[in-house]
Amino acid sequence: MTRSWLVALLSGSLFGAGLALGGMVDPARVRGFLDIFGDWDPTLAFVMGGAVIVMAIAWRIQARMAQPLIGTTFALPDRTDLTPRLIGGAALFGTGWGIAGLCPGPGFAALVIEPAKAAVFVMAMLAGMLIFRLMDPSHKALQE
Amino acid sequence: MLPGFPDAAPLAGLLGGVLIGLAAALMLLGAGRIAGVSGIAARAFGISGDGMPRSGAWAFVVGLPLGALLVAWTTGGIEASFAGYLPLVAAGLLVGIGTRIGSGCTSGHGVCGVSRLSQRSIVATATFMAAGIATVAIMNALGLEVLS
Repeated sequence: MTRSWLVALLSGSLFGAGLALGGMVDPARVRGFLDIFGDWDPTLAFVMGGAVIVMAIAWRIQARMAQPLIGTTFALPDRTDLTPRLIGGAALFGTGWGIAGLCPGPGFAALVIEPAKAAVFVMAMLAGMLIFRLMDPSHKALQE
Repeated sequence: MLPGFPDAAPLAGLLGGVLIGLAAALMLLGAGRIAGVSGIAARAFGISGDGMPRSGAWAFVVGLPLGALLVAWTTGGIEASFAGYLPLVAAGLLVGIGTRIGSGCTSGHGVCGVSRLSQRSIVATATFMAAGIATVAIMNALGLEVLS
């Protein structure tokens, strides 16, 4: 597992580069994409499309692999149930996404574009995650 | 570039999307995990006990601004306009709570789950897109300008 953090660093950097190149670190572009009743900017459809096509191929490759390149097992979500929590959570997230035009990835990536404002967003987001954790009786204890 | 949409940047968008897809593919095939930013961030900051080793979670989170910085350097800067502090705090809280309750965000559900044809992720993605669209529409109807 010693090299897994290198894979993660490379993945995160590629991810951040893609967000910056695709315009997702610009809240104006993100909100423009959500503004389908106004001055719609379709750019993010191309971002999503490009990412989903590449990942669809990756899932095909994954299906033929017994184990990942580093590590011994795939640790992937296997739930299929549609719950009120899933939909309610997504609705809350989407509302926040619409207000400021930022989701988690671009929030971190924007730390080098507009540090003060991105930091405020990221800290509020982490606070929100913490509030959920404190209120959720089913959370698993942190294992160290 | 795109007829009818003078401000759109379809090529840059597609290229950025391919990079995001490659990043998620590397995480999947390399480390056997989903590149879901909200879950990885919760893990990095000790809010969630699930998921990858914390060193990996940190490395991924640090990589995000690093990659954006590389693009900013090579393209001569990135134009972006952000909301004011009050909407940023409200949005951040909603995004933080919502992604934990809903088990994911644009990356985990929107990219990794949709491409896997996960029913849960497709429903989540449709829901947060609809909520985002409705929020922007309502704010525009009320004349609420948040970006400076």
